[in-house]
Amino acid sequence: MNKIFLIIRREYLTRVRKRSFIVMTILGPLLMAATIVIPIYLATRTNEKKTVSVLDESGIFYDKFKDSEELKFHYIVSDLATAKANFSKSNDHALLFIPKPDVSLPTNAILYSEKSVNINVTSYIRNVMSRQIEELKLQARLSELQTDKKEPVAVDDLLRSIKTSVDINTMKIGEDGQESKSYTELNMILGMFAGILIYFFIFMFGAQVMRGVIEEKTSRIVEVIISSVKPFQLMMGKIVGVGLVGLTQFLLWVVLTFLIVTIVTSTISPGDSKKSVTEQMMMQKQGMNPAVSEAVSSQKDSGEGMNAVMEAINSVDFPLMIGTFIFFFIVGYLLYAALFAAIGGAVDSEADTQQFMFPITIPLILSIVMAQYIIRDPDGPVAFWFSIFPLTSPVIMMIRIPFGVPYFQVVLSMVLLLLGFLGTTWLAAKIYRTGILMYGKKISYKELWKWIRYK
Amino acid sequence: MDLFSAQSVSKQYASHKALDQVTIHVPENHIFGLLGPNGAGKTTLIRIINQIIAPDQGELIFMGRKLQPNDISMIGYLPEERGLYKKMTVGEQAMYLAQLKGLSHHEAQKRLKYWFEKFEIKGWWNKKVEELSKGMQQKIQFLVTIIHEPKLLIFDEPFSGFDPINANMMKEEILALKDKGATIIFSTHNMSSVEELCDDIALINRSKVILDGAVRNIKKTFKTNTFEISYTSWDGVLQSILPADFQILTESQDVDYRHAHIKLPAGITPNELIKTMLPFVTIYSINEQIPSMNDIFIQAVTQQTPQHVTQD
Repeated sequence: MNKIFLIIRREYLTRVRKRSFIVMTILGPLLMAATIVIPIYLATRTNEKKTVSVLDESGIFYDKFKDSEELKFHYIVSDLATAKANFSKSNDHALLFIPKPDVSLPTNAILYSEKSVNINVTSYIRNVMSRQIEELKLQARLSELQTDKKEPVAVDDLLRSIKTSVDINTMKIGEDGQESKSYTELNMILGMFAGILIYFFIFMFGAQVMRGVIEEKTSRIVEVIISSVKPFQLMMGKIVGVGLVGLTQFLLWVVLTFLIVTIVTSTISPGDSKKSVTEQMMMQKQGMNPAVSEAVSSQKDSGEGMNAVMEAINSVDFPLMIGTFIFFFIVGYLLYAALFAAIGGAVDSEADTQQFMFPITIPLILSIVMAQYIIRDPDGPVAFWFSIFPLTSPVIMMIRIPFGVPYFQVVLSMVLLLLGFLGTTWLAAKIYRTGILMYGKKISYKELWKWIRYK
Repeated sequence: MDLFSAQSVSKQYASHKALDQVTIHVPENHIFGLLGPNGAGKTTLIRIINQIIAPDQGELIFMGRKLQPNDISMIGYLPEERGLYKKMTVGEQAMYLAQLKGLSHHEAQKRLKYWFEKFEIKGWWNKKVEELSKGMQQKIQFLVTIIHEPKLLIFDEPFSGFDPINANMMKEEILALKDKGATIIFSTHNMSSVEELCDDIALINRSKVILDGAVRNIKKTFKTNTFEISYTSWDGVLQSILPADFQILTESQDVDYRHAHIKLPAGITPNELIKTMLPFVTIYSINEQIPSMNDIFIQAVTQQTPQHVTQD
């Protein structure tokens, strides 16, 4: 145990002290911060207001959308076809269509636009709508309670019963007036972001494990070391050490990006998180405890720029998201890193890795390719199977999680991934053990199969 | 007493047998030569002793009991395929390897300091390995092999890559280790170093031990009762004076003397030869032809008849 710790320490320290690690650690957050900050900065700089036409068939949202620094709303009355035709001719940013609900209150809306719509706009609209709907529901419930004189209802239950989520579909209208669905929903962004992050992490650090093994082989130190430790210890030490390097880099990125973004945004757009005070007062008047109203208002809080994003983020089941992310991030890495280590052990130089890399990269690349499809149908059978198969589940499950996945599927996927990890590690250890002592031999799949069967 | 012995060890790789019922005995405080042509199975046996790979059959006895995983801290191994991490500094690397052998941080530092001073390489501590020459790297490797003062040392082709001066220094170090009580297994193709260093040998060919025993005894058994004699006389004298069963192997002449190799029948002593020749020639020297390890190696490998030399 002590020896594996020594190996992990060496793998970690030699990498962390490399110049490339330090450069990457500094450059990464700068790039990430730039991608976050620059659009916000540009958005705040544009004096031009974006106009959104509102075609509200339900009639309950009239005048509810307030103009802001960024947005201007104007309300139209016509049928959808004419509205769309007019919209195409106009310079308006988007057309919000709230269809007449069948029975009760509306819960969805369609946002038409020529260009893709900023997430701030969508989330602002969603918030206004859900706030309005919830308010109507609340009034209805309260009057119902007063007239019925029923026994008092718990605040929590009350809140839960009125909680409404609004779906906003964004559709692009092309030059030719054709519609196509576009996806800017936060769930998708979060899911894709998490999935792609795992994909990159596995590729970057998996390849580092492989290169490390090849380095040990070509520098001929491997036999010196395995006369002191078991090949398995050396392999696992390397995988864990490199993984920790990855985690360190990742954490530094998150922290530094966060710092840079907070500093920069606070200087370019001084805090404008106006809470809707009236609403809070109203809630309190109706006898809600402050903590609850705080929770409610935090969901209803309106804001712009970062605030809108932060608030939208609040709507996601974050503990689940973070928990599963960490799990799939780490176990997914371990599973693939073992395979990468096996490849490194089997070949003599990086040039020979191609034929073995192929079957490993296929499921990873397939996950990213399938992501487009899965995001459109996150609960379909394809999504299900890809999200439980261990080689694709780390990426695909993360894409599905923000849309809500039944717990048993998450657990099943985790268990299978763990089993997959044990399986690949067992397999990799066998290939690695034989491969690291083979020099100057071109290895075929047949040869690998023989190694696996050695005692 | 044997420090280490392998009993009927076999190892099969898919289609070829790397070791076939190999038995060797390594007496304590001896230098044991493991010889054999390329691909005979020496490296496989060495890897089995280091527990890098496991034998299919057979037993390994170390210090009177079965070899155990923990025993690697009492074994030092310098593989034939050896190297160091190129980007690490010499000091860090030596510390790392010493600690992997089970030394504490403090102990590793103390011992490395001693050896670096002894080898006069203190200035290398902070250098990167890639800045060192191959010979310098070999010194570091040798040093980390012996740093934990193992009971059993295994050197696989230790002198390859050394210049004669450093090779000699290594030889002296190996002998010094023996004086301090270490037992050494040492695998090589270099037969002259076997004659200089080894007490015992085992010769492996095609996965089998074909010759083993003490070097002294082996040489004795390979002696053919052949003598080289230098003399002066006329041409063709030997043919006319020697009995028919005295075989004349070679005859030659240089400026001063005639030389001949004569093989005597079993049981005939050189005295008989001298007695026969004395009346006719002037003898200047007579030497017994003792076979070199090189000759024995070639003879044993080409004949492929297993011999276990025990007599003293």
